[in-house]
Amino acid sequence: MLILELYIFVLAAFVGYMVISRVPPLLHTPLMSATNAISGISLVGSLVAAGSQRSMVATILGFIAVVAATSNIVGGFLITDRMLKMFRRDEPKAKPPESK
Amino acid sequence: MRELITELTYLVAAVLFILGLRSLTRPDKARQGMQFAAVGMLFAVCGTLIHHDIVDYRWIAGGLVLGALIGYPLGMWVPTTALPQRIAISLSFGALASVLVGVSEYYTAFHGGREPLESFRMAALGFEVLLGTLTVFGALIAFGKLQEILPGRPLTFPGQNVANGVMLVVAFVLLVLVVLDPSRTSAFYSMIALAALLGVLMVIPIGGADMPVVVALLNSYCGLAAAATGFALGNSILIISGSLDGASGFLLSILMSKAMNRSFSNVLFGAFGGGGPAAAVGVGTTLPVRSISAEDAAIQLAYASRVIIVPGYGMAVAQAQHQVRELAELIEKRGGEVKYAIHPVAGRMPGHMNVLLAEANVPYDKLYDMDEINGEFPQTDVALVIGANDVVNPAAREDKSSPIYGMPILDVDRAKTVIVLKRGMAAGFAGIENMLFHAPATSMLFGDAKASLSKLVTEVKAA
Repeated sequence: MLILELYIFVLAAFVGYMVISRVPPLLHTPLMSATNAISGISLVGSLVAAGSQRSMVATILGFIAVVAATSNIVGGFLITDRMLKMFRRDEPKAKPPESK
Repeated sequence: MRELITELTYLVAAVLFILGLRSLTRPDKARQGMQFAAVGMLFAVCGTLIHHDIVDYRWIAGGLVLGALIGYPLGMWVPTTALPQRIAISLSFGALASVLVGVSEYYTAFHGGREPLESFRMAALGFEVLLGTLTVFGALIAFGKLQEILPGRPLTFPGQNVANGVMLVVAFVLLVLVVLDPSRTSAFYSMIALAALLGVLMVIPIGGADMPVVVALLNSYCGLAAAATGFALGNSILIISGSLDGASGFLLSILMSKAMNRSFSNVLFGAFGGGGPAAAVGVGTTLPVRSISAEDAAIQLAYASRVIIVPGYGMAVAQAQHQVRELAELIEKRGGEVKYAIHPVAGRMPGHMNVLLAEANVPYDKLYDMDEINGEFPQTDVALVIGANDVVNPAAREDKSSPIYGMPILDVDRAKTVIVLKRGMAAGFAGIENMLFHAPATSMLFGDAKASLSKLVTEVKAA
């Protein structure tokens, strides 16, 4: 089991490195906020801690973790989207940026 | 069956995350790709909610709602100028979640836990909590510095590196002790306290302009802590996302260090521009400086056919990106060509200038990386430097005795004329005299960047 987890870790790091090395400097800030949002996946661990009624301490710690991770996911994906929306090409008939 | 469904949602999430990151290689596809990644996240969360250990949903629901209420303003209301500190605080949140899950697991093992902590799981837990705590506090200090609650200059004391080194060693010794015997709870909690202190002390001596490296490095730590959580819980999606995050932060910190021609360790332990050498430079020498009025600068710009704008942290501070775009459009309307030259470490985080200019509606195909544009400076009529200093200092290319020698710079000094917008003659972050400001082709337009640019806009309109 352990060796399988190590495989996953190493291969994912490798894929991450290959993919991310091709992200242009132009999008480095959205990249940071995107990986930030994705790292909010620690929510899946927090959910189990907050919901399995093992002890009050574990539940409270889990609850705070759920709050922290959720705010990262919600805030992270929203701000990434907001930034990416701003990047536009120079076109002769450039449409005004959509604002809802 | 339930477990299989959960694992399948994790698989979907992992694929969508990787595709989302891949979409960031193309600005026109990025938005859609990241929306898919968000859907992947939703899958993973729903897949977890059916986990057989979860028996009580009240705390979960409350946490999700509260988290969303905090996250929404962090995503929608934070102005782009505050992005560096926004990213720092979210790194702190992310690491906090990992730490708390780790502590909760550890606590449970001794209070009604079903399975004892075997060494491997304990090692992963300890590593997660150690690295996570360090990140929580390091990122908080970085936030304080970027938000200017704390002074941005490096805070140093003698013996700092030795003290940090000793603490790091002690923290690792405690980690080993806990792994050998998980019931040593006091060692576990002392390790957390030490990691917190270490996080504070490691970031305190780092100055404002080195923040891009620090933020990227903390990003990497945050990812590694999440991956360690995955090992501790035996959860594959945590391992995958954590390692993606870790790889991204690691890569960015390497790129940033390279762009400053400095090694990791030099940024972390160097406390650049801190003490004596900075004060010694430039004192007592008065070099000629040519100051220019906004009217004259505007005429140069109005009749230039090739202009390159070089933005720096000063533009971000003055929030002058909209005025920059307005000026560029005026020059273009008069037939001039305007490009933007972006140094990799301009600003306080990777890609800072690009986001600010994109916000001001500057099309991204006019933003050029250092390597793409450096060859064009000799054919440029006017290079307009807005609040940048060290990244355009020719000493990095010519003066072997300079502390920034070897750092790649924008070759602004090779342009036919240079106009520098600057508040005063203060030295840059590195505390080094910039000969560009004294070159015969350079004129200085003193004042707040926003005010100066507004004047330039008015004058170019009139010209």
